[in-house]
Amino acid sequence: MHALDAKASMSGWFGPTLVKVASLSDFAAGQFPIERMVLDLRARGYQQALAALTNLPWAGFLVDRLGAGPSGRPWVALPSDGLAIDAGDAIEVRPETNKVARRYRRGGNNNILFATERCNSFCVMCSQPPRDIQDDWRVQHLCDLIELIDRDTGSLTITGGEPTLLGQGLRRIIEHCAVHLPWTHIQVLSNGRNFGKSMRANAFTTLHPSLIWAVPLYADHYALHDYVVQSSGAFAETVRGLYALENARQRIEIRVVLVKPVVARLPELARFIYRNFPFVEHIALMGIEPTGFAKVHREELWVDPVDMQEVLTETVDFLSTHDLNISLYNLPLCTLPKLLWPFAKRSISDWKQHYLPACEACEVQQQCGGVFAWVTPKWTSRGIKPVKEAPPCASH
Amino acid sequence: MMSRADFARVIDKDLRKDEPLLADLEARHLIMTDSAACTLAPLLSQYRTRKSYIEQGPKLHIFVVSLRCHHTCAYCQVSRQPLGQSQFDMSSETAAHAVKRLFEWPARDLTVEFQGGEPLLHFGRIKALVEAIEARNRNEGRNIRFVIASTLHDLTGDQLAFMRDHHFDLSTSLDGPEWLHNANRPRPEKDSYRRTVEGIELGRKVLGDHAVSALTTLTRRSLRAPVEIIDEYRKLGFHSISLRPLSPYGFARKTETRNGYPIGDFLRFYAMALDHLLEVNRSGFLMEETYGRMLLGQLLTPFSHGYVDLRSPTGAGLGAVVYDYDGTVYPSDEARMLASMGNRSFALGKVEQPVTTWLESRAMYRILAAGAAEALPTCADCAYVPLCGADPIDHFARQGDTIGHRPTSDFCRKQMGLFDLLLERWESGSDRDRLILESWAHQATRRVAQVEFA
Repeated sequence: MHALDAKASMSGWFGPTLVKVASLSDFAAGQFPIERMVLDLRARGYQQALAALTNLPWAGFLVDRLGAGPSGRPWVALPSDGLAIDAGDAIEVRPETNKVARRYRRGGNNNILFATERCNSFCVMCSQPPRDIQDDWRVQHLCDLIELIDRDTGSLTITGGEPTLLGQGLRRIIEHCAVHLPWTHIQVLSNGRNFGKSMRANAFTTLHPSLIWAVPLYADHYALHDYVVQSSGAFAETVRGLYALENARQRIEIRVVLVKPVVARLPELARFIYRNFPFVEHIALMGIEPTGFAKVHREELWVDPVDMQEVLTETVDFLSTHDLNISLYNLPLCTLPKLLWPFAKRSISDWKQHYLPACEACEVQQQCGGVFAWVTPKWTSRGIKPVKEAPPCASH
Repeated sequence: MMSRADFARVIDKDLRKDEPLLADLEARHLIMTDSAACTLAPLLSQYRTRKSYIEQGPKLHIFVVSLRCHHTCAYCQVSRQPLGQSQFDMSSETAAHAVKRLFEWPARDLTVEFQGGEPLLHFGRIKALVEAIEARNRNEGRNIRFVIASTLHDLTGDQLAFMRDHHFDLSTSLDGPEWLHNANRPRPEKDSYRRTVEGIELGRKVLGDHAVSALTTLTRRSLRAPVEIIDEYRKLGFHSISLRPLSPYGFARKTETRNGYPIGDFLRFYAMALDHLLEVNRSGFLMEETYGRMLLGQLLTPFSHGYVDLRSPTGAGLGAVVYDYDGTVYPSDEARMLASMGNRSFALGKVEQPVTTWLESRAMYRILAAGAAEALPTCADCAYVPLCGADPIDHFARQGDTIGHRPTSDFCRKQMGLFDLLLERWESGSDRDRLILESWAHQATRRVAQVEFA
């Protein structure tokens, strides 16, 4: 597991600064302004670097120890056992707390743009409990960050909180992605409720060439959905929001977190989706992430994946035979019937993905998405065991 | 399906608040307990999706290039004319006007179907029409599909090459095994079956298997042979069959006593045919019945269908238009047949007039006034109405009135009978049978995008 921020020593910075970590090849590529990069001097030390090079107007230097950079220029040094930072990453240097935070990881499988801490739902299993604070400053901050992201990045996730609470700000962020990252697939995790009210979904039509909305829907019945998101009327708003998005020709994914009461009506939900939202591009059934609010509601929420096998099989079978694309997220292969393996995706972000001791001897570990790094025995399936047989053909 | 006892509890409002059945019914919008927290948006969307066939206007455009035919079928739904009578061919002036009108309609996807008589007898007109339509379409950019409805007799290599170059589909009539087909479709030479089968094989060779389909018209003698008819289709490698009862039009009406039958006989036939089809499918040969497929698609999927004869609002004039050989325009084939029997009151107008004139016609007004099943007496209270259609011209032909009287309507009895039968088979069938019926339903929805058919 990797932390996202860490204490660091630094000097010469005037306030929080977002910078790109540059190797010499990034410098040569000329993609980003020198003023917004820190030159990574850790490998060689600046004495070996050409003076002419270090005289350029770099935002600063990343070094391995105090005093290893050119004198009088901003520098930052990370402890060797701390945050893993490599060339191409975007970091935020925060002199007021002496911390460095990583905001983008080159080659990472799940880079996020964190839009806001605010949310209009209060889900019982929320892994990122919301806070009601004014954080509209994030819009500009994300636009600055987007300019430092590699143009060949495959995908980015805009998440929160509820990103649509930024209003026009969200539109600005996506527009900025369209300018700087036109080839990157942009996924927005939103409950869609605002589109069921006043927000105009067609403001997002043709905004970015590859944009998809991932919207959670927990039940076919309003009372159950409203319970899960702890907000009365949320179901009606999300349902209307899904239609508004469809009407605005937006691509849509439906996300379902597999908590106990949701699992109890999962086949009904699948039918509801087919009957009412057959236009969705993808459906993700997701194992619960044992963090945030989930930890205090374990009794109400936790179902061992082994005990879901039958209902998952029925649901996946129904949706896939009805021409809907379905994936299973966050469920280790050993907890699933083999028939469902082709649907299981390695979905846990690399920085929080983990294997258990039992996984050491497993023959399919390479295909398996493992578990969340913060999994505890209470949240571990009794089905976890090394798989010994040869796997079935994965090209389903 | 819900048990009778549960149904009674629903009616008596006896369901407990925490009962899954209550949640099921609420999620399907059959019951509402909290109008503030729930939403009817899915219901609206379902309606919009089901009725999406009314968007864009008519997609099926039937060009009757000639009334001439070399058959003398007793049940002919059209009114064929002898071979030498070229005054029953569509003229080049009429054709030019018809092409102009075709592009006045707004639909992006157009199916142009050539009919007769026997359209191959006037193939020169078909070629000229296709070329004129394609020339015009270079600027229009519509998606156009050509179909020809023909006996396929005397199909020549040149004709097939032309059809291949223009991606034609062939639709032919095959009533069953040789004895039945020849009895239904008499020619002096008694060779109708052999010639049609040869045409099918030739068509498949040049255009591909998928391009050739066949329809069965059921006479009274056909009703004795459901198994033989289906086995004939299987023998010829068809994976699709259309079992169509006789229409009350054209020559069919005059010969009704000889060929006709009560609709109950058709329903008994259909039940036997369905059993045999399921058996054929269980044996590993996939074959569907197209009308059943369409009804199952309505029952088991949320999607719309491409069938013009079962729509509400009606498909007549809204889903299809017929350009007759003499330049008269009809809202459906049935209206053309009525005209050939002497009642021209459903003609929309002439090809020389713009489309807007047709839409303002008295005929269109009458059709629309009786064209929404949801507003028709008896239909308005029917459980099947969301899946059914209005057919004012059929009711006029059968009952002398566009609105019609449902309790004595053959159209209604046929629809009700088929819905009941399919649901009963679904409910009582094995898992295997359900899978087969479901696969028909999904086929129906997968094809809706490309195919319009009458």
